[in-house]
Amino acid sequence: MLKIAKERLNELYAKINESMGLFIPIKRAGEVNYAVWGEGKEVSLETLKTVKSPKNMFFPQTENMMQFKTEGKNIEIVDIREEYKELRPFVLFGVKACDYKAIEVLDKVFLADPVDTYYQNRREATTIVTLACSRPEESCFCGVFGIDATAPTGDVTTWLDGEYLYWQVNTEKGKALTALVKDLLTEGGEKEVASQQETTKTVLEKLPFANLDLSRFKPENLNELFEAKEWEEMSEACLGCGTCTFVCPTCQCFDIRDIKTNEGVLRYRCWDSCMYSDFTQMAGGNNRTTQLQRFRQRFMHKLVYYPSQNDGLYSCVGCGRCVNKCPQKLNIVKVIKTLGGKNND
Amino acid sequence: MKDVEMKMLERAKALLESGEVARVIGWKKGDFCFDPAPASFETVEELDNFVYDYFCGANLSKYLIQMSKKEGKTAVFLKPCDTYSFNQLVKEHRIKRENVYVIAVECMAKLDIEKIKAKGISMVESVEVVGKEVKVTSAYGVETLYKPDVVLTKCATCTKTHQVKDEEIILHERPARDVDRFEEVAKLEAMTADERFAFWREQLSKCIRCNACRNVCPACSCVKCVFDNPASGIAAKANDDKFEEQLFHVIRAFHVAGRCTDCGECSRVCPQNIPLHLLNRKFIKDIDNLYGEYQAGETDEGKTPLTSYTEGDAEPNDVMNGEAK
Amino acid sequence: MQEVTTEKKEFTPNIVAFCCNWCSYAGADLAGSSRLTYPANVKIIRVPCSCRVNPMFILKAFQQGADGVILCGCHPGDCHYVTGNYYTRRRMSLLFSFLSYMGIEKERTRVEWVSAAEGARFSAVMNDFVKTVTELGENKRLTDLRIKEGK
Repeated sequence: MLKIAKERLNELYAKINESMGLFIPIKRAGEVNYAVWGEGKEVSLETLKTVKSPKNMFFPQTENMMQFKTEGKNIEIVDIREEYKELRPFVLFGVKACDYKAIEVLDKVFLADPVDTYYQNRREATTIVTLACSRPEESCFCGVFGIDATAPTGDVTTWLDGEYLYWQVNTEKGKALTALVKDLLTEGGEKEVASQQETTKTVLEKLPFANLDLSRFKPENLNELFEAKEWEEMSEACLGCGTCTFVCPTCQCFDIRDIKTNEGVLRYRCWDSCMYSDFTQMAGGNNRTTQLQRFRQRFMHKLVYYPSQNDGLYSCVGCGRCVNKCPQKLNIVKVIKTLGGKNND
Repeated sequence: MKDVEMKMLERAKALLESGEVARVIGWKKGDFCFDPAPASFETVEELDNFVYDYFCGANLSKYLIQMSKKEGKTAVFLKPCDTYSFNQLVKEHRIKRENVYVIAVECMAKLDIEKIKAKGISMVESVEVVGKEVKVTSAYGVETLYKPDVVLTKCATCTKTHQVKDEEIILHERPARDVDRFEEVAKLEAMTADERFAFWREQLSKCIRCNACRNVCPACSCVKCVFDNPASGIAAKANDDKFEEQLFHVIRAFHVAGRCTDCGECSRVCPQNIPLHLLNRKFIKDIDNLYGEYQAGETDEGKTPLTSYTEGDAEPNDVMNGEAK
Repeated sequence: MQEVTTEKKEFTPNIVAFCCNWCSYAGADLAGSSRLTYPANVKIIRVPCSCRVNPMFILKAFQQGADGVILCGCHPGDCHYVTGNYYTRRRMSLLFSFLSYMGIEKERTRVEWVSAAEGARFSAVMNDFVKTVTELGENKRLTDLRIKEGK
């Protein structure tokens, strides 16, 4: 294990930034989100939950796909991916265990056949440095999904305490990154890390949501869960905004749109939300016309549909962002507690 | 606050039992002490989960658009600021007034859990308010905070009083306050255009276009929003593009100008904490200065500043040059 | 110094003018038939009344590449529909003041009352507005780069 003193972190960032891009939680206008590092930016590694999750780095909220340039009767198609061929490799720094697991969930969608090459380009250019949690809060429930918040994987795993950032290499990519910054790192830290992990684990066990029971959420119960009368009561206060979907690290729906530009037409995609009335709207209208149906879709997808297609892997990682951010305080935990059977009482 | 809650519960039970109302809209307990959710209660048994505390900040008036169309009367608990939104919705014929029974409840300023957490407190277990002191008990110990530091932004400058009530539950009179809600707007106005642009650019660049501000807003009651209409040529959804962010917020603020009651829900729900109320307050301030003081939602009838005029109104170019009074 | 001046001279702004059918649109006609000139980069959009213009029109004009937007209607009291322009006056006062609050240069937007008989005034107003916006330079704050640059 390696380590670096906390006050020298800026040197580490600068060193990485010399040859690779660096995305890291940065505080801007009061809120912390992943952004490009630069001299003078306020890095906030201590922040437990960035508002937006790091999925933005591989699957941006809006992303151009192609251009259609028109001249007279000719249309020229410009493949924007050509520009990405020389995408500068970048480092995603400070990813928490839940968010790292979420990337695995996204990989199953975007890297399965047919491969989403836009996502793949970015994913392959990234080295992920994870950061273990040391002060989880009440809305956290990653343990329910089998995630160990004190030992995330990734290319490099780090731990942060009052004085040092500890650094452990996991993969070839991680080795290459470590070689780049090796002058700044010194040996040591096993004991400190082990003791931090132990303390954190005692907190994790006592978290209010640590014992949620998911056993009822499986494909066999699909019909029963779908028909549950509780959906009405649960979705009643839902505003139909997209906050939960846009702060969620695993939500992956998008829409493809065209915009007319001075040069022709630009085709782009942007995040979509199953909470919206025009979600998956077709010429014949929409197949989910009430907020109840939309609300149900979101949670059924996370807890039943996705796992049924991915060997039981839930597409919720327990990051708790929706617990914190829902304007009317509705969230997946309330759904699990209501429909998950009596073990959740 | 506990005594107010008991009184409310008692009234809700009586109204449901007597059959006077078919449902009551209030708040139900969450998983923590700070996450009560809006809910409707149709039976006395359901009221077991009823709660009213310092975290019931949500404005319930917009739910009445749907609820007042249902069979039977709906009773609703409205805080002072919520009654303005209610009046405005009645005025715009969005709520059937005769189907609603309004119980005006005291507010005493609601707390913002995000502001409490921002003080470095997590794992909150209980919160107790005594006068201007907020005692927060967490897994890491007990801390006492100064209440004005941790109230919702909308409560910080509120001087509102109940505008509509069929009955009221007020056990503690609130002292009158002397606050200037336009202070921050005036600060921005005093900046140069470059500084203002930089300020809003930084704030709006956080926008994730989740539409929470629009969907929670009682003044945003269009059946179909222009931003949800693909045929309008404005791509809605998640366009976190610089122009689209400005377009959305300008159009939204303008559309509610003269109708916005300054209930502050937009800023409360914003996941990125963009001070959206400062957009609406600019319109309110301008309207007050140019066309006489006007508070939307004070009554449920009459014209708004943007649906009326006088022959001597200020000229736009004079307004722009700061010459209009 | 020399370079800067040349650069500024080369910039010809895109101006969108919303003109009321009953007054300023006819005013533009009169300006033309009176052989009075106004810059060719003023693109006129005819509207039935100045109060037909909603804020979305103005923002869309900026989105599509306008550097300045001017709205022309009948003098207050002379509206073909009796009261339309009174509403315009309130709306635009508030909207333009708001855009300035958001940091958009206030010189980019203007409201002028021009009657059908005021051909000379129409030409003078347009010349002055184009001059102001030219001095101000390109619209960078309220523009859609996707449309402007095609990416």
